[in-house]
Amino acid sequence: MSVQAWTYLFVFLSFSLYIGIAIWSRAGSTKEFYVAGGGVTPLANGMATAADWMSAASFISMAGLISFLGRDGTFYLMGWTGGYVLLALLLAPYLRKFGKFTVPDFIGDRYYSQTARLIAVFCAISVSFVYVCGQMQGAGIVFSRFLEVDFTTGVLIGMTIVFFYAVLGGMKGITYTQVAQYCVLIFAFMVPAIFISIMMTGQAVPQIGFGSELTEAYGGGYLLDRLDGLSEQLGFTTYTEGQRSTQDVFFITAALMFGTAGLPHVIIRFFTVPSVRDARKSAGYALVFIAILYTTAPAVAAFARTNLINTVSNAEYASMPEWFSKWEGTGLINFDDKNNDGIIQYVGDPQANELNVNRDIMVLANPEIAELPAWVIALVVAGALAAALSTAAGLLLVISTSVAHDMLKRTFMPNITEKQELACARGSIFVAVLIAGYYGINAPAYVAQVVAFAFGLAAASFFPAIVLGIFQKRMNKEGAIAGMVVGFTFTAAYIIYFKIINPAADSADNWFFGISPEGIGSLGTIANLVVALAVAKFTPEPPAEVQEIVENIRLPGEAIPR
Amino acid sequence: MSDSSANHYWKANIRLVLSLLSVWFFISFGCGILFVDALDTIRFGGFKLGFWIAQQGSIFVFVALILIYIRAMDKLDSKYDLDASKESANPAQGESQ
Repeated sequence: MSVQAWTYLFVFLSFSLYIGIAIWSRAGSTKEFYVAGGGVTPLANGMATAADWMSAASFISMAGLISFLGRDGTFYLMGWTGGYVLLALLLAPYLRKFGKFTVPDFIGDRYYSQTARLIAVFCAISVSFVYVCGQMQGAGIVFSRFLEVDFTTGVLIGMTIVFFYAVLGGMKGITYTQVAQYCVLIFAFMVPAIFISIMMTGQAVPQIGFGSELTEAYGGGYLLDRLDGLSEQLGFTTYTEGQRSTQDVFFITAALMFGTAGLPHVIIRFFTVPSVRDARKSAGYALVFIAILYTTAPAVAAFARTNLINTVSNAEYASMPEWFSKWEGTGLINFDDKNNDGIIQYVGDPQANELNVNRDIMVLANPEIAELPAWVIALVVAGALAAALSTAAGLLLVISTSVAHDMLKRTFMPNITEKQELACARGSIFVAVLIAGYYGINAPAYVAQVVAFAFGLAAASFFPAIVLGIFQKRMNKEGAIAGMVVGFTFTAAYIIYFKIINPAADSADNWFFGISPEGIGSLGTIANLVVALAVAKFTPEPPAEVQEIVENIRLPGEAIPR
Repeated sequence: MSDSSANHYWKANIRLVLSLLSVWFFISFGCGILFVDALDTIRFGGFKLGFWIAQQGSIFVFVALILIYIRAMDKLDSKYDLDASKESANPAQGESQ
């Protein structure tokens, strides 16, 4: 069977599974729609969180980015896992105890203010939109290359599927499809990684293969030494050495960590388990499931980079394998024979370099470059789609609950019935899918970069407000509101300035303290904290009943009734 | 539960969280970023130590930290009788005594 036939088969099977689950788990009440009825087991929630979390960026782009960044790629690895430590220790148990439906619920009630609630709604919606566009774009790339439909049609197909199960099942449908999607995506990521690891190093565990010696066929010697050698020889930067300044890597890592802990679509997953204890446990499961992929990704990055260089460097263009011309067709690989010798010069010097490889294709092209069987390649496609769709669904749910629950029910139309609220929630997912699809088709930058901005914004707005709300009883509404506004505005302005208004100035000389736009969220977080604490010092303390809520969420046990 | 035991519970919780977070900071920002070049002079197998911590080791440590937290908090909860599963049994005991 050809790659394409296998791909159609796997994509069809996995999509039918998701739709089947969606029909089985239709939501009947708002509680089911928002938090899956609150009865999800920690293990299932751990898997769902992992799938929710690992997006098109983790699956498709991350290993590719690392394989071009080398050691600097570390900030994705540590940032996107280290944030879970913050989430598990500082947020998840307390938010579960608080026991409402959404993040703006917490902000609004804890800071006894509709203004705070609406600011939280605004932040939740902006963060989720930025993030969901990246997912749609990821799904589009996959469809356009492997199902050979054009990019726009690819995005449309992805939109339809997500729309279908998110609208039908709400959180309940999303949770159980995410469990299935986790299984699909982790299997799809691990199988080729194991294959390639065995091929190149004789080690079945990619994490060990990463530090092992290459087999004779690949020239022997340690993989990383070989990769360093090849990189230097061709004029690329040394793979295991950093290029970015230490403070930039430091701040980007911090921004990704704080952002991870502040992302509303991840936080709301912890509202779905029965108790505080289960919330702690499921954070643990989630990180274990995530770590399986995240410790494999840097190995995949090194394998892919070595393989790519081996295959294309100084090879004849005419003798390139089929995958090369297929990716050329999508414009994601570009060969420009500058010296007309018919041989590919893939080197670090931009004047002499003749090959441009888009980072986003490394994971997808990897099994083809390594000449793995057709079904493995098709599996990777199904996995990439699972990763993109599961995250998109989680984000769309945040947007829909923010509109239906926080804006309508809790703020502007408190008298609507549950039925009407449910209808609004479904309607807002529909609108959100359309907007996300539009921006997915017309989005800027690489998938992972788009997503990195969502982190900066989440870090600078939610993370400090929630942590202070739990750990600082004295924190009042004035402080929290001022902090969120300053953090969000500062971060958004910095990113918009360097990425949209004046991209020409986007270089280390012009950055604030040498911090790139990707890392500015951590400075935004600090600004938020400082402003919040300072303002709270000079304004009245919160009312007694709010201080009682804080006392109460600090103790496990029965949740406050919803 | 009385205010003072709630207070003790909270303080013990804070101590635990702070000690785990200091390990978190030391491994990720310390070993993985600030001292990475110094650690790179040490090699094991095909890895430079700093590079390995940055790309693999830190993630294993994160997992371990959360698992330790889960166990320690379960212990703390039962020490202060806050275990959610026992919660419902407590009032009945109180009446019989």
